Amino acid sequence: MNLNEEVELLKAVPLFAKVEPAKLKLLAFTSERLTFNAGQEVCHQGEAGDAMYVILGGRADVLIDKQGGGQIKVAELTRHGFFGDIAILCDVPRTATILATEHLLTLKITKDMFYRMVQEFPTMAVEMLRELGHRLEDTNKQLRAAKSAA
Amino acid sequence: MDRSLFRYIWRNSKREQIAILIMVVLAQVFYFFSLSLPKTIVNDGIEGKVFKSAREVPFLRLEIALPSWLSDGKLTLFDGIYLTQWPYLVALSCLFLAFVTINGLFKKTINTQKGRMGERMLRRLRYELYDRILLFPTSHFRKVKQAELATMIKDEVEPLGGFIGDAFVQPMFLGGQAATALLFIMMQNWLLGLIVIAILAVQAFIIPRLRKRVLVLGKQRQITARALAGRIAETADGSQEIHTHGTANYERADVSDRLGTIFTVRFELYQRKFTAKFLNNLLSQVTPFLIYLIGGWFAIRGQVDPNATGWLATQGKMDVGAVVGVLLAYKDLPSPIKELIDWDQQRQDVQIKYEQVIDQFQPEGMIDPNLQALSADPAPTLSGDLVLSGVTVEDDSGTRTLDGISLTNPLQRSLAIVGAAGSGKEALGQAIARLLPTSGGSIAIGDRKLAELPESITGARLSHVGQDIYLFPLSVRENMYYGLKQRPLRAAEYQGEQARLRDHFVAESQRAGNSILDPNADWVDLQLAGATNHAQLEARLIEMLKLVELEEDIYQLGLRGRIDVERQPEEAEAILRARAELHSRLQDPALASLIEPFDRNRYSVNMSVAENLLFGTPTDRGLDIANLGANPYFQAVLARLGLADAFVAMGLRIAETMVELFADLPAGHPFFDQYSFISSEDLPQFRLMLQRLGGKGVEAVSASDRRLLAALPLHYIEPRHRLGLIDESMQHRLLEARNAFAKELPAELARKIEFYDRDHYNGASNIQDNILFGRMAFGQAGAERRVGALIAEVLDKLDLRNVVVEVGLDYNVGVAGKRLTAGQRQKLGLARALLKRPDLLIINDATAVLDGASQQRLLDNVLSANAGRGVVWVLGRPAQAQHFDRVLVMQGGKVVEEGTPKELASRNGHYAELVASG
Repeated sequence: MNLNEEVELLKAVPLFAKVEPAKLKLLAFTSERLTFNAGQEVCHQGEAGDAMYVILGGRADVLIDKQGGGQIKVAELTRHGFFGDIAILCDVPRTATILATEHLLTLKITKDMFYRMVQEFPTMAVEMLRELGHRLEDTNKQLRAAKSAA
Repeated sequence: MDRSLFRYIWRNSKREQIAILIMVVLAQVFYFFSLSLPKTIVNDGIEGKVFKSAREVPFLRLEIALPSWLSDGKLTLFDGIYLTQWPYLVALSCLFLAFVTINGLFKKTINTQKGRMGERMLRRLRYELYDRILLFPTSHFRKVKQAELATMIKDEVEPLGGFIGDAFVQPMFLGGQAATALLFIMMQNWLLGLIVIAILAVQAFIIPRLRKRVLVLGKQRQITARALAGRIAETADGSQEIHTHGTANYERADVSDRLGTIFTVRFELYQRKFTAKFLNNLLSQVTPFLIYLIGGWFAIRGQVDPNATGWLATQGKMDVGAVVGVLLAYKDLPSPIKELIDWDQQRQDVQIKYEQVIDQFQPEGMIDPNLQALSADPAPTLSGDLVLSGVTVEDDSGTRTLDGISLTNPLQRSLAIVGAAGSGKEALGQAIARLLPTSGGSIAIGDRKLAELPESITGARLSHVGQDIYLFPLSVRENMYYGLKQRPLRAAEYQGEQARLRDHFVAESQRAGNSILDPNADWVDLQLAGATNHAQLEARLIEMLKLVELEEDIYQLGLRGRIDVERQPEEAEAILRARAELHSRLQDPALASLIEPFDRNRYSVNMSVAENLLFGTPTDRGLDIANLGANPYFQAVLARLGLADAFVAMGLRIAETMVELFADLPAGHPFFDQYSFISSEDLPQFRLMLQRLGGKGVEAVSASDRRLLAALPLHYIEPRHRLGLIDESMQHRLLEARNAFAKELPAELARKIEFYDRDHYNGASNIQDNILFGRMAFGQAGAERRVGALIAEVLDKLDLRNVVVEVGLDYNVGVAGKRLTAGQRQKLGLARALLKRPDLLIINDATAVLDGASQQRLLDNVLSANAGRGVVWVLGRPAQAQHFDRVLVMQGGKVVEEGTPKELASRNGHYAELVASG
């Protein structure tokens, strides 16, 4: 996969949907592409995180530690999904474990890089904000649904 | 040391001085002969005066005049050879040549002798000064600047060497010459002689007065220059502070001020010097003025009235010839006098320099040299109780940092010293290690007084590790061995010519009063480290490194280190085995994706284009990735394979992408350094180039732009940069170029590159690259960690880890160990102290730079390793004292609590308070 294809892929990622292609290209160029084999952990809950990942191909499980041991799968991530953004935005440890369930291709955007990009291109911050707003709204919806179910 | 330079010189070189003096006198005899010979050659040899009475005259006839009452008044020793005029002239001419040669040889020998004596004395002086540095009390080093010590020994005593050769010979020789000339003048006319003497006396009176100020200035020049050297060293040492506080301009002002002072001093010196010279010249011309006037007057009087009587007339009778003679004699006089004056000036100058220097080398409280005497026997073990009675230490201001400390503690009982900052705990540690001179009380171990123990015993049996570890700019291994070098144990072997040279070298050292110990001997005391051979010592060393948790660091340094294949063929062979083992494991697909092995027949996508083409490690900067593009042979290969255009095309694509991506970034943005092919300064140039091209193809690129563009793809790595430039067909073409490049490589380039070869160790690469023999694949998560683990596993399996560690031990730690981290330096200092298994180990809060958990582990390790031997540990964290047999709590230079940790903890006193406050 070359840079232009990667840019096409990034365009399809909701987070970057409205970022200019030229800026996406710089982001793609300056970010590392990492592959994980099935069964390999991308990050582990509780560890310090310094990067976010965008999935370019493959599949991964989002796992959360259960009280008293063991893990529970809370979601599955596929192509175009992204994770790890909370850790670099809020400086908190990883909130979940991400486990590759098949050959996983990701674009690793380091915290450093992410902030530099946001500073360089403020429009990206706005896009980011909008996307996070949507996600919050989704979470609220789920919470309401859970409450009414309880 | 003698305050008088002359006494110092005479005491240490009288025999040589006298020998040279004798030689000088002897040389004068020949000199005199060679002067009178030309007259004989002209008169007898050429004009043939003696041949008017005889056809043959004796040559080389030796006669001694005897008093007339003995025989006929002559004793003929050698009758001579009778020669006619022509052979006589030839013989005389040859004799002249022989005299000239002999004179020359005398001159040469005298100068060499003087030079050698001067150099020897200089060597002796330097050595004695250095010797005194080793005897300085440690506290003195807080007051002196190292750079100043260095300048004094190196530069300031240097002029002394030149002077020493002339110190005695010159005044004797010149004085003799002057006296002869004076005598001659006196014989011609004593009145004129008196006048000459009077003028010389005036000179001798005035000139030293003129020079007084010159000498003061000379002293100032020396001191200001020395201070400048100290200041420069301070700038280097304090460079961080200068930058953090932005005081560069303040420093500039200070140095400019100093240079200004030096200039003023030096310029005044010049002015004074030339004024003195002028007066000197004037005075010396006054004498001929008087000789003309007075001598002339006498001569005129003599002609006018030859029969004049009276006192003046009889005393002052002189003819013209006598006046000329006096003048001629006087002409010979100023030069020795002047040189004598110069010599005297030089004498005063070097005397001041000498005093200036030796004053700096006599601090108070010098160590007794006997304490540093070389011991023939191994140091005896220290045992018994550590006893302090009334130990008091005062600092420079007279404050008591330790105030009457008394204590008895059996060595094998581990002792912790705790206290707040400024409680005197560090001072106590230093006093026990004899690094602080005590002003009262005494310290003893068993029945031995610490103050009287020679350093050969304390150096072997005590170890002190403080917060500041000094490491010498040597390898890790040499730094570890440093604590084992109290005396030479096995002489170095010299054979044949080497042995002769060594003997000569030793004899010369002896003559200059230097140490004759051989630094090339084996000084490492194996026994002290508990080893019987070097292999065991190495094992002990690694054991100590493990103990202080430094072994992993050294292993990592070793992986990045290199092996000299010629010198260490076995090690290289071992690494090749590790390479084979690692590659056999790459059958596992999970590992195979991590490493792409080097293969001459395959394009390696994880290597840059340049590396792919070279397929080896350049050993010369000329073939570096930055310079390869400009190499004519390389260019020729590309052109021959029709790749030149392809490179320009690829370069164009890269330039377009870079301009597109980075054009909006401000210059100097970190992205340029990290990711761009083109630096921010060069980017505008490429942008203009692209604008000029206006979308036209490679054909339109100008020749100079082609060069710029063709260099860009050399850095390109497909999986990293992902511009899609290298497809399969390009890979094929590049492989072809790789083979073509290697095939016809000119010999002088072949020396500058070491090709990758599966069966050969690559001396130009580090060990890790040699084991890998490939590249880590881009984009594999955690590849570095996994590959690192794989290499460690392989090395462990083949039992080769120590081979790598030993290469790591060769790592040079840099000036003051600055190439290591602060933590690594501390650990190395600790390991060095532990290696000699001291009877008493004093650790003075030496683990402060490490994190809490590491400190704790280190403490446990050291205590268990040193069990049964003495440990005194000044702790930064009081809570750690619970691992010790006994605890001392200090406050205000006094012991305020003492006991086992349990007792103290339950007592709810100072100790409990310290622990509670952290």
